[in-house]
Amino acid sequence: MSELEPVIGLEIHVQLATATKMFCGCELSFGEPPNTRTCAVCLGLPGSLPVANARAVHFGLMIGLAVGSELAERSIFHRKNYFYPDLPKGYQISQYDEPLCLGGRLGEVRIHRVHLEEDAAKLIHVGASGRIHGSDASVVDFNRGGTPLAEIVTEPDLRSAEQASEWLKLLRTTLRQLGVSDVNMEEGSLRCDANISLRPAGSQELGVKTELKNMNSFRFIERGIKAEIARQRKLIEGGGTVVQETLHFDPDSGAISSLRSKEEAHDYRYFPEPDLLPVAIDEQMRAAAAAAMTELPAARAERYQRELQLSADSAQLLAFRSELGDYFEAAHDATTDPPAPAQALANWIAGELVSRLGDGEDPAASRVQAPALAALVGLIAAKRVSVGAGRQVLDKLVAEGGGDPAAIVAAEGLQALGGQDELGVIVAAALAANSDAAERVRAGNQKAIGPIVGAVMRETKGRAEGTEVTRLVHEQLGI
Amino acid sequence: MLDLTAAAAIAQIEAGELGAEELFELYRSRAAEHGGDLGAGGLNCFTWIAEDGSPAPAQPGAPLAGLPLAVKDLFCTEGVPSQSGSRILEGYRPPYTATSVARLLQAGSTLLAKTNQDEFAMGSSTENSAFGPTLNPWDRTRVPGGSSGGSAAAVAAGLAPWALGTDTGGSIRQPAALCGIVGLKPTYGSVSRYGMIAFASSLDQAGPLTRDVTDAALLLEHMVGRDPCDATSLQFPEPIARPRAERLDGVRLGVPAELQRPGADFAGAELEPGVRAAFERALKLAEELGASVQEIHLPHAPHALSAYYVIAPSEASSNLARFDGVRYGARAQAATDLLDMYTRTRHDGFGPEVKRRIMLGTYALSSGYYDAYYGRAQRVRTKIADDFRTAFESVDLIVTPTSANVAFELGEKTANPWAMYLSDYFTVPMSLAGIPAISIPCGLSAPGAGAGSSPSSEDVGEASGSAAGGLPVGLQIAGPAFSENRLLDAAYALEQALGFDGGAGRV
Repeated sequence: MSELEPVIGLEIHVQLATATKMFCGCELSFGEPPNTRTCAVCLGLPGSLPVANARAVHFGLMIGLAVGSELAERSIFHRKNYFYPDLPKGYQISQYDEPLCLGGRLGEVRIHRVHLEEDAAKLIHVGASGRIHGSDASVVDFNRGGTPLAEIVTEPDLRSAEQASEWLKLLRTTLRQLGVSDVNMEEGSLRCDANISLRPAGSQELGVKTELKNMNSFRFIERGIKAEIARQRKLIEGGGTVVQETLHFDPDSGAISSLRSKEEAHDYRYFPEPDLLPVAIDEQMRAAAAAAMTELPAARAERYQRELQLSADSAQLLAFRSELGDYFEAAHDATTDPPAPAQALANWIAGELVSRLGDGEDPAASRVQAPALAALVGLIAAKRVSVGAGRQVLDKLVAEGGGDPAAIVAAEGLQALGGQDELGVIVAAALAANSDAAERVRAGNQKAIGPIVGAVMRETKGRAEGTEVTRLVHEQLGI
Repeated sequence: MLDLTAAAAIAQIEAGELGAEELFELYRSRAAEHGGDLGAGGLNCFTWIAEDGSPAPAQPGAPLAGLPLAVKDLFCTEGVPSQSGSRILEGYRPPYTATSVARLLQAGSTLLAKTNQDEFAMGSSTENSAFGPTLNPWDRTRVPGGSSGGSAAAVAAGLAPWALGTDTGGSIRQPAALCGIVGLKPTYGSVSRYGMIAFASSLDQAGPLTRDVTDAALLLEHMVGRDPCDATSLQFPEPIARPRAERLDGVRLGVPAELQRPGADFAGAELEPGVRAAFERALKLAEELGASVQEIHLPHAPHALSAYYVIAPSEASSNLARFDGVRYGARAQAATDLLDMYTRTRHDGFGPEVKRRIMLGTYALSSGYYDAYYGRAQRVRTKIADDFRTAFESVDLIVTPTSANVAFELGEKTANPWAMYLSDYFTVPMSLAGIPAISIPCGLSAPGAGAGSSPSSEDVGEASGSAAGGLPVGLQIAGPAFSENRLLDAAYALEQALGFDGGAGRV
């Protein structure tokens, strides 16, 4: 049997950060007491009618533009009919065969469509288990019901769990930067289902897929997809066949269980929602969405590479965390003498600075001003300060807050050693003091250089540049 | 007081010759006395009546002067039972009032009563009500039509000066015809549907049931208008005017051949002789008033009923899904699990006609059948609208009988749904096209000879009303979208010339 290749497509539900719900005037709920953000419409009371939220349509168009979709001139809402207590009308208003946005691409993944719909209410199962099985009763909180959702459906372009998780982070950053959603997985404003199948590597056909539902963290997504790929691989390699079904991943046990099989699949009896008019997108709405766009991560990374010649990795690192990108640009815009090269700045921000801050902390909120960091990187690039001394300066900037790097360098005596002569003398002394090591280096053991460099660094308090020390050691040993 | 039309009563109140409270109390006590349960000898046209001593709010200066208003059960009225004729909503009191009703209250109406109807407006006789049938005040052995039968009977009997109804496929026009009053279905979208318990969303329209055309115009004037709560509502392009036309000079009337002579597929929709005679007399009168009458064609109109009975049940099957026992209304108590609760609640809560239509609609929308049924019915609907558009290039208004027959006997059609559905043959095409149509009384006719006469009819003959003098016949006039003013003018001119006296229906 040839190697099996995973094929993964994602369906992402994003709660839109509008002021009010999708089809009524209720404010969105953020943990208010149950059933306090409700009205006749979102409770599905007899006689009530939906009215589409123009802001949600606007946000939907922004998402469409961000992923390069074609914005449909006319799209319609459908009713998706099924019975469940979290669905007060007995149908969900969604979009079916005429969605708001069609096609597109984000990063390496093609987008199939983007459409608008309303969120369901929240079922709370009362009892020890907290889950539906074994509960004593179930109660419904309609605060969430009717929250606007954008559903983003990808083509099956992903090939691994890690890639899926990485791509989802790009999507999250893109949506956050658009300002259309809080995109918080733990709070449910970003939810992801994955369609997973396996096929012989190189095949163009798609295998039978399963749908893994509602994984609510990046970690669970990666683990869930991995577990399902492993399950399917074992099944197929054991001569079995995959059954199309909806699955639930339990992050505690790592187990995958079936939610419902295809035999019970609903016939949703979609038909055009007669209570709503078709959504007609005119030039004005298109222009408003375009005007609301900001530069998005993928474009930003591309610009960093093109204009500032950053490496691809650095460009993505900064662009996909927009706060790092913003900080980088502020530092880059600062005029310093000597100037700070872009790639060195990127390295210092993404490496040294980020590692000194708390997890996910915005460097702009830290004590290190962007121009100060730029000044420091400029000094290091001009070799007026060694890398090691630079780290000490940065420690001080982070700990004590602000300050002029040049002043700290002067006050602490951290300036780079003046020329080869001064350093050469210290290196010669270190070689003399470590003659055994020197012999071994001369004999070809490069690892033996450690104690010699260490002695130089101690003597210079880190002001010497490691590479320069190594060069001088080799020079003086004649190798 | 009872002889006054609503407009005349308002004029007297404004002139200080009549007290609004006095008028309200007259109607309230009459409604309670004659409109109550069958067991108490009433017409059973009400499902709720304002309590004795409940104040008729004096609304000085308000255009409708505190006049009592009867409202079909399916309009939501805050704190007042709104049950849409269904067991599943028995006792349901909504927390809000429908926009159309709220506008009329704002204009000075006073809520007098809620009226009986076919369950969820599904029916043509008001026999499909969970609260028992309403009787036709002209002949208590007969139906008032439906589904707005309670509203029609109440106005005809003089138990309310006027009333609100809804029309999905004829539910205002047909009962108005069978009860000898005026009923208007406005252009779709001109009156807000917000707060109307939905039957078929793309067809439902609220409208007035009144004693005469002037009252219909007056009530409609205060109902129309865009409502931000109803995305399908529209601003009416002009104010609704008081009709004044005395002549029909230059008005071109079209009589659709297809609605005069239903084909063999529609046996049962042929005009009763007396209805045909009354219709032809009305056409003659129109010509005497200066109108020209010509035969026109609506080639797809014979398919209207079939398309309607796919589209309306499809929408209904979805609209009625919310009655699941979870949040309001009845819930079956003995259920073992969620599915069982749903099943029992809906089994116990819905009547047979509602179940039939939910099943029809669920089937028509199901995957694999959608194109063949729902998709095709929508295409027929478009063709019918095109037929009307073409017809209105050569005529100003279209006239037909409202119903092939006068009021039929209670129980006559309940065993045969198709026979009942045929009651909508003349009214459904306009509903599908979304255009306005009015029914006005155009004379009396003896009930159709031999047509399903009940063996018991002679036994109850004495108890019945005045069938001996004949039963009312309705004339339907339809116009293009938003032509209500033209429609009302023509109806008014004919009404004056016809001189119909509805007094025999009053109790």
